[in-house]
Amino acid sequence: MLNTTDMLEIIYFITGLLLLAISVYTLLDKGNKARFTTALFWVLFGLTFMAPIIHLSNIVVGVFIVIMALISGLRGVKVGSNREPDVEIRNRERDKWGNSLFIPILIIPIVTFAVAQFTKLGALIGLGIASIVAILVAMVMFREGFTNTMQEGRRLTDAVGTAATLPQLLAALGAVFNAAGVGAVVASLISAVVPTQFALGTLIAYFAGMALFTIIMGNAFAAFAVITTGIGIPLVIQMHGANPAILGVLGMLAGYCGTLISPMAANFNIVPVALLGMKDNFGVIKKQAPVAIIMWVTILIFGYLILF
Amino acid sequence: MIKLIGILIVVVGFIFKVDALLIVLVAGIVTGLLSGMNFIQILDVMGKAFVDNRSMSLFVLTLPAIALAEKHGLREQAAKLISSIKAATAGRILSLYLGIRILIGALGLRLGGHAQFVRPLVAPMVTGAVQSKYGVQEIPEDLYEDLMGYSASSENYGNFYGQNIFVAASGLLLIQGVFKEAGISVDLLTMSKYAIPIGIWCHSVRHA
Repeated sequence: MLNTTDMLEIIYFITGLLLLAISVYTLLDKGNKARFTTALFWVLFGLTFMAPIIHLSNIVVGVFIVIMALISGLRGVKVGSNREPDVEIRNRERDKWGNSLFIPILIIPIVTFAVAQFTKLGALIGLGIASIVAILVAMVMFREGFTNTMQEGRRLTDAVGTAATLPQLLAALGAVFNAAGVGAVVASLISAVVPTQFALGTLIAYFAGMALFTIIMGNAFAAFAVITTGIGIPLVIQMHGANPAILGVLGMLAGYCGTLISPMAANFNIVPVALLGMKDNFGVIKKQAPVAIIMWVTILIFGYLILF
Repeated sequence: MIKLIGILIVVVGFIFKVDALLIVLVAGIVTGLLSGMNFIQILDVMGKAFVDNRSMSLFVLTLPAIALAEKHGLREQAAKLISSIKAATAGRILSLYLGIRILIGALGLRLGGHAQFVRPLVAPMVTGAVQSKYGVQEIPEDLYEDLMGYSASSENYGNFYGQNIFVAASGLLLIQGVFKEAGISVDLLTMSKYAIPIGIWCHSVRHA
């Protein structure tokens, strides 16, 4: 019997296979001026999904990352020549299919939910199974074969482009920052400038530290341990007697305000720019900045009133 | 202090629009080397983290199904559906989506997402509402940027400020774990209760 780790690995393996198939069609696409480097990029990305099963060591994956970044830096990843059908054709199709077009899209959340809720497999495996079911249903419904399905998948993957790999690469940068002890430097810098005799001062330092380090790491979870251990526990909890549970959750939420304005949080702020076909890389962040600031100030005031 | 140079590299790189992948790689290698790691160790750390975080890119597997439906008119249907509802405006659609998204998070469901919901459903509904309200076919580019920016941000607000209301949210479990390391025990229910007003407040801020 497979355990959940094996199951998840199989889901990742299938994702890798999808990327390999996409790169084969990229290789065959003579309309793509950079078809060889583009295909290589997606092959390497696909192989990293399969790493544990095909026994790639972390160092080999590291080498793959270097090659991928170089291909991307040399503008070697280009969009393929396969286009969507014209809008007139899509409108005719729309009239033919009507609301049943939503079926494959709604299968994804419904199956994800069902798997997460009624089995012990969890949401990630749920999403994987749901995606595969949705692909199969869409293929049967629209009578599309394997090639067309992969070509359409390639069209969307090309639209997202190298940004698809950015969240993972930033997580890798975060790991280097952790190994190098960047968090400790940030925490010591902040606590050096804080007037620790005032409860409000320490609270500002903690919430600012959470937001700032989250902006740097692109991830509030990565910031939480460092800033809470460095500032939250010694200064706000032990010195000024704040309730740890309330401080902790508000600190995490203050960190999320940082996520909203961080380009490092690529999966939330940069990938959608690519997915939605926007021009400005900072388009999502610019919309979120005012809300992030208002939320941070609110959390600070709310925290001060409740904690002290 | 010198360890912070990686942050500087990323900031400068993003400002001058250097390729994002390349700049992140350079920042990682420079930070690692300056902190006394050798090249192989850096590759090892980065490779491990890259593999450990594959869940971030699992959305790739959803793309073929979404793309097939798009080919057969999904976005056109979403826009048509919305234009038949007279009361639907871009703002109301986003407000409704944010509310639903907070609720989904509060229930501990990890649904939603930019690939699964925003691109195929929310974005065409929002543009469809604008098109039918003003009777235009083409949306000017800067308005399109604004609409898409707000669509993506609604997903993020709902995700961030809703998820910790769920009592077994991964964020709350992490908080509990960090405090446990420091010998402090904290209660998940207390934390989840104090996330509620923030979630409600977020919805009203967005609404304003």
